[in-house]
Amino acid sequence: MWKTILRRVLLMIPQIIILSIIVFILGQMMPGDPFTGLITPDMDPLVIAELREKAGLNDPLPVQYKNWITKILTKGDFGLSYTYKMPVATLIGSRAINTLWLSLLTLVLTYLIAIPLGMYAGRYNNSAFDKGVIIYNFVSYAIPQFILALILLAIFGYKLGWFPTTGSVEIGVQKGTFAYFLSKLHYMILPAITAAVLRTTGTIQYLRNEVIDAKTQDYVKTARSKGVPIDKVYSHHIFRNSLLPIAAFFGFTITGLLGGAVFIETIFSYSGMGELFISSITSRDYSVMNTLVLLFGVLTLFGSLLSDVIMTIVDPRIRIE
Amino acid sequence: MNKEKNLTENVASKIDKETLKSVSEVPSFWKVIKNEFRVDKLATICLIMLVIIFTTVIVGSFVLDQDEVMKISLRNKYKEPGKEFILGADIGGRSIAGQLLIGGRNSILIGFAVTILTSIIGVVMGLIVGFYGGKVDNIIMRICDFISILPTTMLIITFVVVIPKYTMWHFIFIMTIFYWVGMTRLVRSKALSENRRDYINASRIMGTSDLKIMFTGILPNISSIIIVNLILGFAGNMGIETGLSFLGFGLPPATPSLGTLVSYARTPGAMTSKLWLWLPASLLILVMMLCINYVGQAIKRASDAKQRLG
Repeated sequence: MWKTILRRVLLMIPQIIILSIIVFILGQMMPGDPFTGLITPDMDPLVIAELREKAGLNDPLPVQYKNWITKILTKGDFGLSYTYKMPVATLIGSRAINTLWLSLLTLVLTYLIAIPLGMYAGRYNNSAFDKGVIIYNFVSYAIPQFILALILLAIFGYKLGWFPTTGSVEIGVQKGTFAYFLSKLHYMILPAITAAVLRTTGTIQYLRNEVIDAKTQDYVKTARSKGVPIDKVYSHHIFRNSLLPIAAFFGFTITGLLGGAVFIETIFSYSGMGELFISSITSRDYSVMNTLVLLFGVLTLFGSLLSDVIMTIVDPRIRIE
Repeated sequence: MNKEKNLTENVASKIDKETLKSVSEVPSFWKVIKNEFRVDKLATICLIMLVIIFTTVIVGSFVLDQDEVMKISLRNKYKEPGKEFILGADIGGRSIAGQLLIGGRNSILIGFAVTILTSIIGVVMGLIVGFYGGKVDNIIMRICDFISILPTTMLIITFVVVIPKYTMWHFIFIMTIFYWVGMTRLVRSKALSENRRDYINASRIMGTSDLKIMFTGILPNISSIIIVNLILGFAGNMGIETGLSFLGFGLPPATPSLGTLVSYARTPGAMTSKLWLWLPASLLILVMMLCINYVGQAIKRASDAKQRLG
């Protein structure tokens, strides 16, 4: 098992390097540099040229890449954000917390919706409930994320006014209080539900098939003939066995959440990393945008690594290898 | 008496012949699909709706003049739906209905183009690496692994911003770079399992050329899976295009797309009081997505004997 994981980790190193090169090249292709913003009519162009030379912008590309990556690795220095006039790392750090909370709530909601639906649909397959779940599953799979987000926003945000339509917390609420926490939650619920609905599809499908499969297995028959009540067979035996594939999907669920953050956060104007990415693009804040691409790439890598590790632990066939 | 006996014998032999025929004959994929649609009425309805939408959009967009539709007339700014504009007008007084047709055509075309391109790459690559295996397989699969861990949405957006004089073709190209992986993986795994079958071995021994085995031996046998994937991929690609255009990073600004129309929802006040701006496009996307996916599912069932209804 350790060998598989080690191989997976080693494979990540070249992947991260290539990703960083791509991000660097993209950064080079973008028009302007950190000093373009300084150009004003009363600024001497020679001074700017000097600044550029000093910052190493005239060095050959490999040297620039080396400098850029060493700064990141040794000092955690991703440069300065032009629009916010602060270090990119600090800026992203403050937004990352919001995205993290939103992802966490989405995860909780995903499993809160998916596990009961999948379990009951599998237990009573071909019932009216099961058919309903199949329809729900189909629709939640087919509907594009941004359309669902807009529809929910229009109905529950604007029409009914149950949830706020922009922002991540009410203005003026004291940080650290219970009211602050409640307000945060209130702002997160609608985006989290939107993201969760789309994430439930795979889990429900898997759980349903797994339960239907398990019903005919010997261990279930044994438990039944020993006199274990049917509810307990489902809640203990089948449930525990069916959870394994869901655990294996966990890493992919996380990476999927990150990918969706761009849409969800933009539509709900929720100030997380995804929204920051879009706003940094609109304001051409290249250092922020590059760092975010790099960060999301690395996070996705870790997500898929996590999935592989869980899969290795869970699936004995891989473990033996 | 004799006549009666003759009749029963006749009927019996007729039934016998029919059952024999139906048992021994392997129905073609198209026949199975036809059966599936006959049993699943909803799939038929979806298919008919799709045909109607596609013809309306394509014929309509040919009849309409794009420059005429996109001409700004401030007199009609935010005109409500009525006699002059069936579905109302946007901020520039441009007909929503006209933009819906042209935007619909663009979105469909892009979804289609990306699907075709990624599939061609995917099928060819998948067949080659699945057939030969070894080093080529290893390299291509590592590339696939790498692409699938990239933050695709963000990279596409970055590319869109970086490319100077960005056009629709650039967008199709960028999307293709990122989305050929899925089909390649699928075709590869199918080709790998087909490779072990006897008929492939027989062809090999008979000295059939590799290319011929790949494209006339393996390909027809995995075509049903490819077709299913094409259809579902088409829906997916359209979803990605409209989503990115919605954010403002899909089609170039002057080219109408369904996503751009939906993005009118984000102009102040439009969400509740100017529904005509964004709701028709949203509904059109929604209906197309549901229908394409449903038809795709029906064909998927047809391609897998265990799941068939008909």
